[in-house]
Amino acid sequence: MARLTAAFITLALLTFQTAAAAAQADDWDAVLEKARGQTVFWNAWGGDERINAYIAWVGTRIAEDHGVTLRHVKLTDTAEAVSRVLAEKTAGRDSGGTIDLIWINGENFAAMKDQDLLYGPFVDRLPNQALVDFEGKPTTLIDFTVPTEGLEAPWGMAKFNFIYDSARIQAPPQNAAALAVWSAINRGRFTYPAPPDFLGSTFLKQALIELAEDPAVLQAAVPDEATFRSVTTPLWRYLETLHPFMWRDGESFPASGPAQRQLLNDGEIDIALSFHPSEASSLIADGQLPESARVLVFPQGTIGNTHFVAIPYNASNAEGAMVVANFLLSPEAQARKQSSEVWGDDTVLDLDKLTPEQRRLFEALPKGPATLAPDALGPVLPEPHPSWMTKIEAEWLTRYSR
Amino acid sequence: MADALQPLTLSGAAAPVRGRWLRAIPVATLLLFLGPIAAGLIGTWLPAFGYLPALGGESFGLRPWVELAAYPGLGSSLRLTLVSGLLASLAAFALAVGFLATCYKTRAFFLLRRLLAPLLSMPHVALAIGLAFLIAPSGWLARLISPGLTGWERPLDLAIVQDPHGLALALGLALKELPFLLLMMLGAIGQTRADQRLAVARTLGYGPVMAWIKTVLPAIYPQIRLPVYAVIAYSLSVVDMAMILAPATPPPLAVLVFRWFHDPELSLRFLGAAGATLQLVLVAAAIGIWHLGERLAVRLGRRWLFAGGRGHSGPWLPRGVAALVSLCVGLSIAGMLGLAVWSFARRWRYPEALPGEWSLDNWLRQSDGLLWAGGTTLLVGLAAAGIALVLVLGCLENEKRHGLHPTSRILWLLYLPLLVPQVAFLFGAQVIAARFGIDGTWGAMVWSHLLFVLPYVFLALADPFRALDERYVRSALCLGARPGRVFWTIKLPMLLRPVLFALGVGFAVSVAQYLPTLFAGAGRFVTLTTEAVSLSTGGDRRVIAVYAFLQALMPLVAFSLALLIPAWLFRHRRDMKVIE
Repeated sequence: MARLTAAFITLALLTFQTAAAAAQADDWDAVLEKARGQTVFWNAWGGDERINAYIAWVGTRIAEDHGVTLRHVKLTDTAEAVSRVLAEKTAGRDSGGTIDLIWINGENFAAMKDQDLLYGPFVDRLPNQALVDFEGKPTTLIDFTVPTEGLEAPWGMAKFNFIYDSARIQAPPQNAAALAVWSAINRGRFTYPAPPDFLGSTFLKQALIELAEDPAVLQAAVPDEATFRSVTTPLWRYLETLHPFMWRDGESFPASGPAQRQLLNDGEIDIALSFHPSEASSLIADGQLPESARVLVFPQGTIGNTHFVAIPYNASNAEGAMVVANFLLSPEAQARKQSSEVWGDDTVLDLDKLTPEQRRLFEALPKGPATLAPDALGPVLPEPHPSWMTKIEAEWLTRYSR
Repeated sequence: MADALQPLTLSGAAAPVRGRWLRAIPVATLLLFLGPIAAGLIGTWLPAFGYLPALGGESFGLRPWVELAAYPGLGSSLRLTLVSGLLASLAAFALAVGFLATCYKTRAFFLLRRLLAPLLSMPHVALAIGLAFLIAPSGWLARLISPGLTGWERPLDLAIVQDPHGLALALGLALKELPFLLLMMLGAIGQTRADQRLAVARTLGYGPVMAWIKTVLPAIYPQIRLPVYAVIAYSLSVVDMAMILAPATPPPLAVLVFRWFHDPELSLRFLGAAGATLQLVLVAAAIGIWHLGERLAVRLGRRWLFAGGRGHSGPWLPRGVAALVSLCVGLSIAGMLGLAVWSFARRWRYPEALPGEWSLDNWLRQSDGLLWAGGTTLLVGLAAAGIALVLVLGCLENEKRHGLHPTSRILWLLYLPLLVPQVAFLFGAQVIAARFGIDGTWGAMVWSHLLFVLPYVFLALADPFRALDERYVRSALCLGARPGRVFWTIKLPMLLRPVLFALGVGFAVSVAQYLPTLFAGAGRFVTLTTEAVSLSTGGDRRVIAVYAFLQALMPLVAFSLALLIPAWLFRHRRDMKVIE
């Protein structure tokens, strides 16, 4: 009897799944139908020309395949888009919003999710989400400890690393403490972008994870002010030591990661920060870094995360936006993005889920001179809860921006 | 427009019935012009005192101000704002006065007058970016002389750009404001019979410099007072240039306010509104201080004037001032040149004096983006300048036909958009535009640009229009032509040159707009300016250079056309030739 019930349930489940798959296919056809002719306004950080060029390529491909026009609205900070959606909600514009798609993660996602500013869940409506490596890459589901709940579609994988000029540094520092020592010896040759730039903030988080007595507390929201003080004290002590030896005596900071690597190319500093391990090769090829530039990761691990795209709740062209999000997850788009000649941003896909032909797209990618082998990248440290970042940024501002 | 903006007091009977629509133009202009500013100011003041129901601010209170006062680094931010802004205004004013006093009608004077239009057309963002490339420790100037002359194998670790005191910002602002003040002073000189004053003073034995300062300056100052105030207001509240040249931790107040308005943390809007209001107060206070300075100068100056010192200065003074002004002009031009070189560079590492590898890639790869951003810039610029021109011509024609005379109070209204800091009212205006669902439209974009384009078009056109010899008009009227026909067939062709020049000015002003484009365009409109600014925080100098250079090129082409078109049209008419 029990066995029969089990068989029955299995059967029912199977039928349900097939029906669900069929329904999904129908749903997607309807989405494609509605998307045709739409113009999608994609608000995405526009500070990197290689990424902008990639987005422009996405635009041409989307227009070819689905008749969707893509407009890249270039932001200096993703927070601008968040505040725009907020402003629209404030003004009562609950439909016909000016933003259709946002490149997002971390505290911006947390803020939008928190204030119900997101459309969806929509991720399981995208056919290509079946290829995503949700199991092997947990950060595709948990964004800075916040569950994504289908409200943002994974786009790329990031892992914090350093780019240094090997012509000037023979033995690069292997952890945050050693970096401070190195800076003391090589005065004025290191800096980091001013928070809230995401690379600058990530540097602070990296240092905090290394220096905190119990990094596990960072995985939950900041419980109270006293805990925040005691947990972050080692970080502030570290910065007090480091800053006087930094570029411009630690009194001014580059505005962003790309601004910092411009300094590296100008010879003003010797170490820059990056979120993409194959970015250095890509920048060398593009003439933006010296040929002697190399990548460094700390052996005990560096922070890794996923970046996503999300659709505002009042988007005018949500269907078009979904078509873009789905295309971004296609093997074609993901492989191109990972190429060090294009951008060098790692894929979110599970290569085992691809057809051999699709896999070859990834295997054929050129390896640049500075790219580390996947097994040399070191362990991935998880992002702290966004509340830590928000508070650290505020505290940093109080201490160093006066 | 100026005095046509007054309530019309003339009796309707005397005016031709057909010209009635003309009378509506000043009123429409006024509404178009003051409406958004007034609404925007109120829309900013309410949240500054805690009232913005949509964000949960239901009651009035002082909390935003308490938070503002407690904001980390506010003190340094204010100091930075005041130092850089006042220093820039003072330097630009002193240089402009100094140059005219010492070099009036010399070769340097005529040379600079020719350069004024291209210098004026240079957008401040392009100028800031060009200057930053030039003077940074690893900038072009250092590259030209390193390591040969300096021994700097590596760039100096010295904050020249984004320095803590905002001196780089002050320099950039001064470079930008100097040509504007010079132009305004030249206009004023034209109306004061300066040459006769100088001749009299010289025959009385005054040295050339002293003669200018004692007889011309007091006569022109009342007319350049408003432009000087506009310079102060601009210098204290600039956002785009400050994002490039001023330090970021903390930045000047206007940049802080701009950040608060764009922060995802909703509650910061209240802080931003309070900061925007403080910005307004700051500008008002700075103008007040300057005004006190004026009165002090009058009191002290009178005694000094009556003392009758003839003041013979040696030749070093004119030479020194001319050298300083040349340095300013040189920096601006070299900055543009630097942009051009960077835009064709592929690899250019310190300390190479020129790129190690050249390439067209930067331009080719950007071609799509350039076309899109450039097209938007062009369309909005032409629309705003065109509408402004129609309104200004309407107001001026109305003024002429009804025999109105400009008053200084009306001139204040005209200058209002240039005196009120942009951040102080654009947020409120955006909230209201969003409420009516018109933000992010072409209409809102053009309208927001019009606020700033209109005053400049008016300033550029008013004097030539008013100076047109009335006898041409009267002859035509006597021959039986209606006023409309006189306007189209006599006045416009004769005024073609200043009209096109005014159009060029309006276009250049529109091209340079950053905040209005962002606020009214709802972030949907990408212009060369917004691209250049957003890239300038990003890093790839070669691409920044492409956008900034094109941004500088567009107004320059517009001005060239404004000069070439009349020259070509009137090539067979000797008396319409351009006379310098």
